[in-house]
Amino acid sequence: MNIKRAGSLTALLAAGALVLTGCATNESDEPTTPAEPGAEAPAGLSGTLVGAGASSVGAAMEGWIAEFQTANPDVTVNYDPSGSGAGRETFAGGGSAFAGSDRAFRTTELEEITFEACAPDSGIVQLPVYISPIAVIFNVDGIESLNMDADTIAGIFAGEITNWNDEAIASQNEGVDLPDLRITPVNRSDSSGTTENFVDYLAQAAPSVWTFDVSGDWPTELAAGEAAQGTSGVVDAVTNGTGTIGYADASRAGGLGQVSVLVGDTYVPFSPEAAAAVVDDSELQEGRADFDLTFDLNRNTADSGAYPIVLVAYLITCETFADSAQAELTQAFLRYVASDAGQANAAENAGSAPISATLSGQVNAAIDVIS
Amino acid sequence: MTATATPPTAAESPRAYQRLGDRVFSKSALIAGSLILVILAAVAIFLVAQSLPALVADPNDFIGRPDSFWAYVWPLVFGTLWSASLALLMALPLAIGIALFISHFAPRRLAQALGYIIDLLAAVPSVVYGLWGIGVLAPAVQPLYTWLTENLGWIPLFAPPASGTGRTILTAAIVLGVMILPVMTAICREVFLQTPVLHEEAALALGATRWEMIRMAVLPFGRPGIVSGAMLGLGRALGETMAVAMVLSPAAVVSFAVLQSRNPSTIAANIALSFPESYGVNVNLLIATGLVLFVITLIVNSIARWVVNRRKDFSGAN
Amino acid sequence: MAIDSTPAPLRTSTPANIHDHGRLNRRTPWTILGLSLAAGFGVAAFLGSVGATDGLSLTLALALGTVLYVVMITLISRQIEGTRQATDRFVTAMVTIAFTVAIIPLISLLFTVVTRGAARFDIQFFSESMRNVVGEGGGAAHAIVGTLLMTGTAAIISIPIGLMTAIYLVEYGRGPLARAITFFVDVMTGIPSIVAGLFAFALFALVFGPGVRMGFAGSIALSVLMIPVVVRSCEEMLRIVPNELREAAYALGVPKWLTVLKVVLPTSIAGITTGIMIAIARVIGETAPLLIVAGFTASMNYDMFNDRMQSLPVFVFTSYANQGVDSQAFLDRAWAGALTLILIVMVLNLTARLIARLFAPTLGR
Repeated sequence: MNIKRAGSLTALLAAGALVLTGCATNESDEPTTPAEPGAEAPAGLSGTLVGAGASSVGAAMEGWIAEFQTANPDVTVNYDPSGSGAGRETFAGGGSAFAGSDRAFRTTELEEITFEACAPDSGIVQLPVYISPIAVIFNVDGIESLNMDADTIAGIFAGEITNWNDEAIASQNEGVDLPDLRITPVNRSDSSGTTENFVDYLAQAAPSVWTFDVSGDWPTELAAGEAAQGTSGVVDAVTNGTGTIGYADASRAGGLGQVSVLVGDTYVPFSPEAAAAVVDDSELQEGRADFDLTFDLNRNTADSGAYPIVLVAYLITCETFADSAQAELTQAFLRYVASDAGQANAAENAGSAPISATLSGQVNAAIDVIS
Repeated sequence: MTATATPPTAAESPRAYQRLGDRVFSKSALIAGSLILVILAAVAIFLVAQSLPALVADPNDFIGRPDSFWAYVWPLVFGTLWSASLALLMALPLAIGIALFISHFAPRRLAQALGYIIDLLAAVPSVVYGLWGIGVLAPAVQPLYTWLTENLGWIPLFAPPASGTGRTILTAAIVLGVMILPVMTAICREVFLQTPVLHEEAALALGATRWEMIRMAVLPFGRPGIVSGAMLGLGRALGETMAVAMVLSPAAVVSFAVLQSRNPSTIAANIALSFPESYGVNVNLLIATGLVLFVITLIVNSIARWVVNRRKDFSGAN
Repeated sequence: MAIDSTPAPLRTSTPANIHDHGRLNRRTPWTILGLSLAAGFGVAAFLGSVGATDGLSLTLALALGTVLYVVMITLISRQIEGTRQATDRFVTAMVTIAFTVAIIPLISLLFTVVTRGAARFDIQFFSESMRNVVGEGGGAAHAIVGTLLMTGTAAIISIPIGLMTAIYLVEYGRGPLARAITFFVDVMTGIPSIVAGLFAFALFALVFGPGVRMGFAGSIALSVLMIPVVVRSCEEMLRIVPNELREAAYALGVPKWLTVLKVVLPTSIAGITTGIMIAIARVIGETAPLLIVAGFTASMNYDMFNDRMQSLPVFVFTSYANQGVDSQAFLDRAWAGALTLILIVMVLNLTARLIARLFAPTLGR
């Protein structure tokens, strides 16, 4: 009888748990709020669309998915923020309809990989639809912003400039009372597109100081500084430490000191517009297919309206899908992402820079070929 | 587990293993045991198969271009062992202390409540330990680290310069220690509570003080349990992923200094940090480091088993 | 266990063989503790006033006071009560200190989770998912359901296998096979969670094609982690069941399997329950493997065999790692998720103890 009592008890608890959680109330009755302009898609769209990749677009993706699903109640879009590398592998293996990545597939990779989700002889489209400035942030009591040129930033992160009152910093910031405090640079401990774009800037703009390889991993030969996991980890480490300096997605820079970067002969603070300006100033990589919109970013720009430390994330998908239903969903979703409404949504939710009209035209032309 | 079979009568054979129920029961126990070997074999085959490409690949293709596979793995192996032993060194005496406090020192009612709180803490997800480590622990211990490097810096362990954020391997080890403490305490406590009351009373009756009773009756009886608990804790500390990844400031170094910015990373944390952005042979490289961790655990456990087996006479079942 | 109606061990009365020594008054240790702490504060305040430390350091005061107490009580006890009692006093003090020191971080952790988690611990959090939620609002209903389903399935797979293995090892296992199982169970406890995730991922990719994500795969990954913990803790609990009980049952002609079922298991049910709870607790907070095999979604999913399934740890981690512009909303959700996870385990724990009490043999202890 003990067993029976225990059995009924478990059943009761199980039932209780079910009632407690039940259906998610916000899902049971889909709201029919008017769709945002641009979120409109062919009526009757339904199914599940799966993407995977860079966590840098995670916050923007949340906003995109929410608005797209509101406009198309029968569609579920899932995006795994599992990382660029994992995202590209998943997409190549046919596990997702699109990938989000902090860098495009390299031409050498394109020759080797067969994309399982795509039709046998299909190419892929790579769309730079997420542009976000990377802020150089620091935590020194009483100082909210500093001016630095690329050589200074590179010197700090390479461990050559070790004190906040160093002449290299002081000469660019007259009138700022710099403390006698050791500099603790903080870099990403995980492999990331943010790191790759940041060191790419250092390598291009300060080639004499920054002589290390450009990759998503922080150079192992550097013996300076701390490392922390992810954007949140770097922001936490910079916030909780003293005399710390790091780099992180600009949307998370609030409340910390921010560096204005020397471009040409003016110091430019980060802003979405200035970030987008760099992409406009850059050239499409040569030797790529028509709809493979991969940029070679020009970090050495002298345009004083541009902020050169930017991250460009690509959404990557097939030109021709093996499964036409997936093609329709992907096309509708990407069309929304590239639209003004989609870009404005990302700017609001993730602090990204809307793509310019020229780029938007190129992206939309590429989306049109998806089938 | 049903209890539907009729109870045996006294007329039946006393040789228990001949009965049908016995055969079914012992066979299913055997199958369950063998299943574990099958699962483990599957994991091992997976690990080896996925590791092979990394072992034969050109080290130039690896992250950070190490000289060889072993040059890449060695700092991680060192970091894994170093952080886990630091954690175990801190947590084991405390776990035994707490378990004794709950089982033999604290008032009964208080002891139950405390035991319950400790059990709960075993459930705190490692991510939360990570968040706590970054947000609460690291800033709290940073001034202490600075003081230690300034005043005791001549000890190699505390060699300066101190980390500016407190996110050192010692902090990671403290987080690991706190994390494995509940599991180890729970096991030690259960074992201590199972000490035959006769032994305890005999000791007390002979005039032993409480500590002498514990030393003579409780600890010898509980020794295999303590080792078991320590092994579970060590296993978790060796394999812990997220908390270490979040708290530690890693670098590819081998260093015994525990208060600096550059600390050896651990194998599991390194997999978590590098895996999302890995592709090609680097994925195999990371899985190969997983295989190394597997082997380390194997060796550590062999040693522990050997220690326990030498003391098998104390087990109540034998 | 075998003995009933014996009085509790005598603890306070004076043992006969130290009658030639005095005995400290019951209140004396407390008086010494008070004086030591006062002295500790005095020294700390003095150091603070001369500028050796930054103001009055509370930590320093408590540390000095405690050390002073340990020294004083040991010395005084040695003078009055003799060496053996002094050792006992010393150990008592050390055990209590160990307990206090260990409980500080644990309490700090609980305090942090509860205070920060309370901000979003509301009805909306339990009734809504994150579908179509941007910034503030939303909830973790989908993650709670996912966690319960996946952990539940993992428990259903692991507990029978683990418990039967433990029974095999303790009651039947002799020879090389048992030794091999014991050894490899230990090895299995050392599988890092992320490797278990990779393994499950590879296994399901082999069967269902690449890129597959489903809740059931998450359960398999969790089972790989859970089984060894169940075996290890249950084995330990079964082993300490006194052999006299088994022998008594055999002597009465009870077959072995019934002896195990009706005597050994009920006797150790409290320990086994603790063991199983430890195992569940061990896996319910796993993040890395679920992120790989069960994926990430903002929508509710009840189907274990189709599509991605969210879980609470992944919810907590991604909320922390991918904060949007309104980062406080994401952090609040993360902490509330952590608090929920702890509460779920608490409820499970209570239930398990209740069940253990229902099953446990009634002993007149």
